Amino acid sequence: MSKQAPVHQGRLKTPFYSRLEKLDFVNEWHQWKGYSSADSLYCSDTEYFAIRNATAVFDLTPMTKYRISGPDALDYLNRLVTRDMAKIKPGRVAYAVWCDDQGQVIDDGTIFHLREGEYRLCSQERHFAWLQAAAIGFDVSITHETDNIAALAVQGPTSFSTLNNMGFEGLADLKPFGLMHVDFQGSELMISRTGFTGDLGYELWIDPDKAEALWDALFEAGKLYGIRAIGTDALELSRIEAGFLAAYMEFLPADETVRTGRSRSPLELGLEWLVDFKKPNFNGRRALAEEKRKGSTWRLVKLDIEGNKTAHHSYIFGQEKTNKPAIGFITSAAWSPVCKQNIALGTVRAPRGMPGDTVWVEIYYQREMHWNRHMAKATVVDKPFWFPPRRGATPPGPF
Amino acid sequence: MKTYDAIVVGAGHNGLTNAAFLAKAGLDVVCVEKNDYIGGAAVSRNLYKDWWYSNCSYVCSLLRPEIYRALELHRHGLQITPYGGSVQFMENGDYYGSYQDEEVAYREMARFSRHDADAYKRYSADTMRQCRFIRDFLLSTAPDPTSFKPKDLMELARIGGKFLEMGEDRMYDTIRFWTMSVAEYLDEYFETDVIKAAMSGSGIIGTALGIHSPGTAYVLLHHYMGEVDGNVGSWGFARGGMGSVSKAIAGAFQAAGGELRTEAGVDQIIVKNGKAAGVALENGDEIHANVVVSAMDVKRTFLKCVNKSDLPSQFHQRVENFKIRGSSGKVNIALDGLPTFPALPKGSTLYNSDMHFIDSMERMERAYDDWKDGRWSEDPYIDMLIPTLNDPTMAPPGKHFMSCFVQYCPHKIEGRDWTSAEKDAFGQTVINQIANYSPDFKDLILHAEIRTPQDIEAEIGITEGNIFHGELTMDQLLFNRPIPGYAQYRSPVKGLYMCGSSTHPGGGVMAAPGANAAREILSDLKRPNTVPENFGDD
Repeated sequence: MSKQAPVHQGRLKTPFYSRLEKLDFVNEWHQWKGYSSADSLYCSDTEYFAIRNATAVFDLTPMTKYRISGPDALDYLNRLVTRDMAKIKPGRVAYAVWCDDQGQVIDDGTIFHLREGEYRLCSQERHFAWLQAAAIGFDVSITHETDNIAALAVQGPTSFSTLNNMGFEGLADLKPFGLMHVDFQGSELMISRTGFTGDLGYELWIDPDKAEALWDALFEAGKLYGIRAIGTDALELSRIEAGFLAAYMEFLPADETVRTGRSRSPLELGLEWLVDFKKPNFNGRRALAEEKRKGSTWRLVKLDIEGNKTAHHSYIFGQEKTNKPAIGFITSAAWSPVCKQNIALGTVRAPRGMPGDTVWVEIYYQREMHWNRHMAKATVVDKPFWFPPRRGATPPGPF
Repeated sequence: MKTYDAIVVGAGHNGLTNAAFLAKAGLDVVCVEKNDYIGGAAVSRNLYKDWWYSNCSYVCSLLRPEIYRALELHRHGLQITPYGGSVQFMENGDYYGSYQDEEVAYREMARFSRHDADAYKRYSADTMRQCRFIRDFLLSTAPDPTSFKPKDLMELARIGGKFLEMGEDRMYDTIRFWTMSVAEYLDEYFETDVIKAAMSGSGIIGTALGIHSPGTAYVLLHHYMGEVDGNVGSWGFARGGMGSVSKAIAGAFQAAGGELRTEAGVDQIIVKNGKAAGVALENGDEIHANVVVSAMDVKRTFLKCVNKSDLPSQFHQRVENFKIRGSSGKVNIALDGLPTFPALPKGSTLYNSDMHFIDSMERMERAYDDWKDGRWSEDPYIDMLIPTLNDPTMAPPGKHFMSCFVQYCPHKIEGRDWTSAEKDAFGQTVINQIANYSPDFKDLILHAEIRTPQDIEAEIGITEGNIFHGELTMDQLLFNRPIPGYAQYRSPVKGLYMCGSSTHPGGGVMAAPGANAAREILSDLKRPNTVPENFGDD
């Protein structure tokens, strides 16, 4: 009888854990896909300002990653996702969503065209079974590589200066959604100009064996640029400011919903720009074409809310009085320190929620044990709350 | 002589539940039980020294929380504690464990197949969707689709509404689900044999069907739709063994003024002028009431305890054809200490879980083949648990009680009665299979109670010892359970009702049939309803 080592029961540690642990003062961790991930390392407010003011480093190793390659990789991806992947040349990264046959979003993520015919797909959730099922009829290989790659987000106005200080040639020319391969101590380091903060920023991808060395070199290079490690609390705030969607917040993976009508289509999430009906065939096309013709049920809204009381879990109404049913609810809310705005993402019944529309948000807030209720006027906005020019500037300035 | 308002025949959990709700409505109720103990198949039996055996049913999940709360079972001593996980020992020395922690469960599944680990969420959502659909109908009477009564029409409309609400694709899925086999259902999600084998067990427990038999996907649901404290799909132990469930319900019944009579087996249900008039006991006594409620299975009730001439012939024929087949046995063991399972790491949480010793779908199906040939499975599917790891009250300190549910085990051996040598051999088959994975197990056995379906029938009274009082197949569910046209707890004899697991929504220690029947009886008697409504879940 062969003896099998028991499955590891505790939280896994990423290759950067030894470094994060040293910078951790508050011992606040949660689990992210089985890994320990810090909520905060010393103070999430300060960590947030590292994103908006200097260089913030976030360990995103637990993010789900797949390698997709083979002669039919492009055709495969084109059937899988709603956008046209033929336009994504090697060295480019695409934000994409993929749907089931009912046109409901299974997940969103980024697809990195690493080299000709070779892709990496990063998703919020784990979808190996779905990706394999979607591969029927294609000569394509799909490998789960989450644990084989260590990844860091390096975000903030001085992130370019920090990385540039490490001497990566060509970094200045790297455009948003571009990627490049450089040498790091004999290993290949992939740098992409991507991120989840809506700011100038990069993501670094490397062999786990080189993770600690990369961290050390990065922090050495960023010493004069205010480099700081951050946890997910700070990242989450910047994510809302950037207007990005989070799984289980703005949508549920369609294949995990139990109740009918709890999933969302890309059109309902404001992602119509990602749906290319010129493609003759992709998963969910027929249903989405039908939805486009008939109109959607829901609409994702970005809300600029009056006052300063955060609209967590609030109902959205079409009028100040609550005598008519709510038209939707808030999915993510925050006070934006950088915009000094009370912001939120929400979902409302279409056709409500057009940019410029006024809606009302029912906010409950607690002050010294007692609860208060407040109806706040809110305006539907079109653009992300935070979109600084430096995010798109190439070459980025030193800031 | 005294005339009661109602006599409930059989003090199993459904009989007691029914009696309790009737008594709570102010009826003068007597519950009669043939054994000298109450509980039927939800019992804790002291069969060896200081050990208490849950010697029939052994775990609890289906017990409706609404009933728990309405009868205040906690006041009558009931406590359900959840336990988690399961383990599938494999012939190659490995094992597949399922853990309560979602991530650990994922990691373990990914050890066998990343595909299966990722498919689990989809499987779980799809199964939960079916659960939600059915759970809503557990605490209500199944509507008669041929009836034009407003109550039936409203309930049909409600079911129809819930069905339509699912949307086109999910409606198709639902129809397929109700008729497919558990093997086919699992094949749609998983590729790993041992993972499928682990999950398929719930599709056959208590049924005389194999994993490839149509209809077994529903049986899986029947085991999945329970809950402990709102955690749907969780299973728990009743502190003190399953007898605590019956004892608590009996406590509620007595607190409401009900009367319990043990050693009062019913010989005949007395029918006068086409109406129930009471029962004649085996000891010759008679008890009178205008309402008689049978918690016995439908076959025992109508084929053994009611005069044939008092029943419509077609009804009688249908009762005869009702499928209630002995398919499982039990081996209950007192242990001198905790057996070790060397495949598991020391101190593994998997000791406190359901243990199984079959690792492939083929072995699952082969186990069924033996049953079809009229023999017990040579290589059986055993659902084994050691509740004393959780519960200090069932065995002396340091000692343990082991419950082995065994499938398949026929009611008769090749058509004839079991011999005692065969019964021993059946027990030995079970012990040997476990001992293959636990070298010290046999030496720890102090006492073993071996129960074939025949033994269960003889003692508890359930026809063929079938744990569900009848197969849970589509032809015997909802408005077809137990007999089309008689699915609302009434029988062709006025005043004679059914409240056992042969009625909707079926078997398991759920107490819903007993409660639903009480609601119908109270409605016929124009008494206020005491039966709670479904908590519901939008």
